[in-house]
Amino acid sequence: MYAIEAKGLVKQFDGFRAVDGVDLKIPEGSIFGILGPNGAGKTTMLRTLLGIIDPDAGTRNLLGSDRPITQSRNVGYLPEERGMYQSMRAVDTIAFMGALRGLSLKEGAKKGRALLEEAGLGYAADRQIRQLSKGMAQTVQLMGTIVHDPKLIVLDEPFSGLDALNQAKLEKMIRAQSAKGVTVIFSTHVIAHAERLCERIAIIAKGKISFDGLVSEARDRLRPQVHLETETLDGPWRSALPAETKAEGHWWHFTLPETGVEPLLTALVEGKAGVKSLSIERPGLHDAFVAIAGEAVAAEMDDTGVGEAK
Amino acid sequence: MKEIIRAAFVIARRDFTAIIYSKAFIFFLLGPFFPVLVGFAAGNLGGQIAKEVSQPVVGIALAKEDAGKILSARESLSKTLGDSYFARMIVVGDSAANQKTPQSYLAKKTDNLSVVVTGTLAKPVITGTANAIKRERADIELLAGYAQSGGTLTLPRSTPDIVVESANNDKKLRTITAQGGQFLVFFLTMLLAGMVLSNLVEEKSNKIIEILAASIPMESVFLGKLFAMLGMALLGILVWTTVGLIGFAAIGPDLPNYPTPAVGWPMFIGLCFTYFIMAYLMLGALFLGIGAMAATVREVQTISMPVTMAQLINFFFASYALTQTGEPLEKLAAIFPFSSPFAMIGRAALEPVLWHHAVAIIGQIFFAILLLRLGVYLFKKNVMKSGSAGRAKDDGARRLFGFIKMPG
Repeated sequence: MYAIEAKGLVKQFDGFRAVDGVDLKIPEGSIFGILGPNGAGKTTMLRTLLGIIDPDAGTRNLLGSDRPITQSRNVGYLPEERGMYQSMRAVDTIAFMGALRGLSLKEGAKKGRALLEEAGLGYAADRQIRQLSKGMAQTVQLMGTIVHDPKLIVLDEPFSGLDALNQAKLEKMIRAQSAKGVTVIFSTHVIAHAERLCERIAIIAKGKISFDGLVSEARDRLRPQVHLETETLDGPWRSALPAETKAEGHWWHFTLPETGVEPLLTALVEGKAGVKSLSIERPGLHDAFVAIAGEAVAAEMDDTGVGEAK
Repeated sequence: MKEIIRAAFVIARRDFTAIIYSKAFIFFLLGPFFPVLVGFAAGNLGGQIAKEVSQPVVGIALAKEDAGKILSARESLSKTLGDSYFARMIVVGDSAANQKTPQSYLAKKTDNLSVVVTGTLAKPVITGTANAIKRERADIELLAGYAQSGGTLTLPRSTPDIVVESANNDKKLRTITAQGGQFLVFFLTMLLAGMVLSNLVEEKSNKIIEILAASIPMESVFLGKLFAMLGMALLGILVWTTVGLIGFAAIGPDLPNYPTPAVGWPMFIGLCFTYFIMAYLMLGALFLGIGAMAATVREVQTISMPVTMAQLINFFFASYALTQTGEPLEKLAAIFPFSSPFAMIGRAALEPVLWHHAVAIIGQIFFAILLLRLGVYLFKKNVMKSGSAGRAKDDGARRLFGFIKMPG
């Protein structure tokens, strides 16, 4: 079963295709990351999937319904642009957000207090939002997103604006929800979070899905990199190195040949290369992203902070 | 539908609570009293100034004996005609003893004379500007004649037989009632619809709108906001009516003497109330649609100004239609949704037929729902752009009128 299915989804504004023919299937119970640079179409795609805006073309199915708003009670959504009533108390904010999703105010307030206590913010339950720090306010909004025990949680750039400590807390919360069987979808332009949390990812660039699958599948798109150091610089062993090998003094860098590492080692030993060190590096998600989404998109992501959390 | 109503109630309860617990609500309640107070103060002050500056004074420069007689005549007739009927009179000179010209009396600024009477009681001469002479001439001639008769002229006393209405002025008086009802409804509608708009824009600037849009149908958001403001309005009306009734009871005019509307007072008040709700729902829904598309207060002001002016034109249209009862123009005003509530208030005052109102109210409800749906459609169509989608063509006019294909 899929929590979300989309086929041929298109959304355009003034002729600009923010979402351009998206096909997507997100399995129930998974932690699913949507990766892409700022402006790639992540937020518009999420809004379209959740029914906040209607697509210009294509179909979407959210928790078995093609009318996403009817599944509102089963969904928790944290938008990228955080918003709360500044004069409302923290506990009332959580209760109000629960009430929007069908919870009674009384029950919402009760669960809200419990959630705040759990997050170590019990003392701030009766404070107005304007009296809270940015991190605390974001936590309150997050509590409001999960207070009604949704089956699906959608978080748009949830790590944005959080310090390292709160990012770690959020990762813990995501894992805890997933452990309960809740499907968690989050968008991010920081690949490290997706790499740590997700089983599956989709890479979106310029409104199109470039990749949709397991994180390991994304990585497997790239061959491992070999870094070799030899004592000698020349010999018959050189012919065993791939043609595109890059040389740096006694260092040799190349992609692991399809034949594997054994024939290479044999050639190095027999050719008396004098192997000082040899490492085989499995590519990370960032490398996979670069390969999948293209250098241009990756460069844009580097500009927008991909390196920050790596 | 049940979910829409439930969610609308959640929004309405939040908004209503937030509003009535805010300091601004006190100002809202006091709001209508300010124009009344200012009007009252300005009226009193103006009256006082007018009284002191421009109240005409008639200067008497007759012979001493004639002056005494005319003053006695004034005093005597004032008992019948009222003290304010005649202009104040002061003796400025004795024509027998003094050779000063009337112009010299008029030139003396401290006396504030409008005319000066010289000559004799039999042949009084009135000196003054043409307007002043026109105003005072008949009174002076009456007083001179009465003074000449030595107070023997007896004015007959008529017996007052007051009726509230007459066939002659029935429509005219009811039109006054209709205009009063129209103005009251228009004033309240504009006040509240503007507040709904500000409320939604504030919500957008708070970024709450996306959470609401993701959680509940937008129809519920719009409905909730409309009903919250309506609830606040009803609370306000309750307060204002109570204060107004206390005021009327204490110092106000005699209510029963107001021209009775054709449908009777209870029905008229009920219909005014209903049409207020209808006018508010329609204009509120329109403003919500605008507010949903506008991103800033400046954009809201830009777009709401022409809408406000258009609504003012509707109001004047409906007011003018009062004079054309049964004519095509008045029918058009009754059918056109935005002028319909005002035109129908006019009908309630002037015509006793009730089924017209049932049809009009159903039509207005239908149109309000249509506007609400249109607002939701435009909201979904034109807002919630983000990233490069929003920046691509982010000029205000495009955002506001995105549903109209614009060149370039």
